[in-house]
Amino acid sequence: MQIKTMAEYFANGETPEVLFWVGCAGSFDQRAQKITRAFAEILDKTGIRFAILGKEEACTGDPARRAGNEFLFQMMAYNNIQVLNNYGVKKIVTACPHCFNTIRNEYPELGGQYEVIHHTTFLQQLIDEGRIKIKEGGSFKGKKITYHDSCYLGRANNIYEAPRAVLETLDADLVEMKRCKSNGLCCGAGGAQMFKEEEKGTTRVNFERGREAVATGASVIAANCPFCMTMLTDGVKEAGKEEEVKVLDIAEIIAADMQ
Amino acid sequence: MQIVSQLLFVVALAAAIYVFSRRVMGIRRNILLGRDVALNDQPALRWKNLLLLAFGQKKMFRNPLVAVLHFFVYAGFLIINLEILEIIIDGVAGTHRIFAPFMGVVYGVLIGCFEILALLVAGGCLVFLLRRNVMKIRRFLSKDLNGWPRSDANYILITEIALMVLFLTMNTADQVLQSRGAAHYIQTDPFWISSHFTPLLAGLSDNALIAVERGAWWLHILGVLAFLNYLPFSKHLHIILAFPNAYYADLRPKGKMENMPAIQQEVLYAMQPELAASAPASDTVPKFGAKDIQDLTWKNLLDAYACTECGRCSAACPATQTGKALSPRLIMMKTRDRAEEVGRNKEADNKTLLRDYITEEELRACTSCNACVEECPVSINPLHIILQMRRHLVMEESSAPQEWNMMFSNIENNMAPWKFSPDDRDAWIH
Repeated sequence: MQIKTMAEYFANGETPEVLFWVGCAGSFDQRAQKITRAFAEILDKTGIRFAILGKEEACTGDPARRAGNEFLFQMMAYNNIQVLNNYGVKKIVTACPHCFNTIRNEYPELGGQYEVIHHTTFLQQLIDEGRIKIKEGGSFKGKKITYHDSCYLGRANNIYEAPRAVLETLDADLVEMKRCKSNGLCCGAGGAQMFKEEEKGTTRVNFERGREAVATGASVIAANCPFCMTMLTDGVKEAGKEEEVKVLDIAEIIAADMQ
Repeated sequence: MQIVSQLLFVVALAAAIYVFSRRVMGIRRNILLGRDVALNDQPALRWKNLLLLAFGQKKMFRNPLVAVLHFFVYAGFLIINLEILEIIIDGVAGTHRIFAPFMGVVYGVLIGCFEILALLVAGGCLVFLLRRNVMKIRRFLSKDLNGWPRSDANYILITEIALMVLFLTMNTADQVLQSRGAAHYIQTDPFWISSHFTPLLAGLSDNALIAVERGAWWLHILGVLAFLNYLPFSKHLHIILAFPNAYYADLRPKGKMENMPAIQQEVLYAMQPELAASAPASDTVPKFGAKDIQDLTWKNLLDAYACTECGRCSAACPATQTGKALSPRLIMMKTRDRAEEVGRNKEADNKTLLRDYITEEELRACTSCNACVEECPVSINPLHIILQMRRHLVMEESSAPQEWNMMFSNIENNMAPWKFSPDDRDAWIH
């Protein structure tokens, strides 16, 4: 698979259809790298001309801002917006709801105006357009799948239906957890919690969520966020179900079963 | 005798209105202690929010059964004000049921409707009392409510039941008196609910009945006036402030954090020093984030006064549910307590909202998941307060957990929250 950077497109005087914003987790976290590869593969297979920023990409500043470090956030935003605007980027797709939220909602008033799409919405569009076709009787046939709403896609941006619509194209049995959609329970990683130990309590948020996901009896937990991925995987392990229950990103699920 | 009663009524009414408006002005002053923020854009959308969220109680219907009961209590409260209007005119003018002769049949229907509402209000309040005190519902058992907040809620419900019972008693006695043709008691059509209770009072003499009717009338209206003045000291203030709060609700996507233009400017000058030369000099040292009431916005303080302490926020909060110190409901209650304290004190005390009321541990436990914001039926945003206070901690006090400081320096040096080389950012390809 050949993946070109924005700089390469630019050097050839070309513009890609869309910029794939990989995000820090998607770039460095070993588990999240698999999501990144799966999504890049889908884009490649469907013949979409996409680019990444590569080494020019930097943290959006989301965890810094939510921890309270506005100065650092503004610095990251300034630099990213300079890079994006210099390349004349119009359309961005990302597999990280935190990057999605920051670039979509917080960059515009700092001078960065782009059409920003979360990869689950993008997958739904590709399915609707017939550019992605799902295999008959694929690897999820008859399996129970439960979907975890990430806070930054769900409540923060009101996207509940697109990821579900994508999963419904599979020949699987989609079941909901007790707390779902706008009532969904956080994975525990947002607001920069990913980067520090949890405060003392009776249990951890991801253990609670892991138990709830396992209680649905699903063999697959579908996630849409690399941070949820880490937290849920850990939660499932805590519930002692790591053998039976797999946590997969929607991009991985689609990549596995597309024609 | 009549004139004495009228005078007493006017005095009671005037005193109640005077005391109420003093308190309202005090609350207004406290809310305006907050920093200014413009929330007047998109009026059409704001009116829509007001109609849907405050009048329509849209969020309440996330739990339909409770919503219906609450709607009865709320509708009763609004509509019975028409009845109060008649009582006030009668009280001032010394008349009795002044609307009856003008309205004819309609009057009986109207009072009939009020009586049904009164019954529904009393029933609703009774169920709410049971929910709060007998049923084991976590958000009502929570220690957040220990002390005054718990009794406050019960006083309100008991008072509302008492007021409704007085209203029905008054009507029952009135109808017995009507049937006996007592002077002053205007003939009306039978009232729908109280007409079934007339046999209970039928054994009383005329004078005893008049005493019951007048007693209930006076207790009802004095109760209403007392309740009016209790309102602004209690969580029940939400029946008024839910309306402005819905109007001024945040219209931005929930994930969007408030920008800090001062810091944006700083970064711009740092990156493009040529712009700094032409920038107007400012001699005020800006404050970053919120340490006390004055650093929050007036909307945050309006939120605090609009909070009815129902605890839907905390029931949905992942931190509260997993036993952390954070409870969004307490964030709002403490903010209100502090606003009251600052409003009362003429001189500055040495306390602040941060630490004297809200601890760092509480602030740190928030995952910014927006569940509290989503749940609040009256458009309160506890998250906004938490995030502003986190800004104060990090930017004014450099107070952050060690792991966060590492995350900050990783972002600064490696462009990622982890310590990886930026050169490896595309290593996933291979």
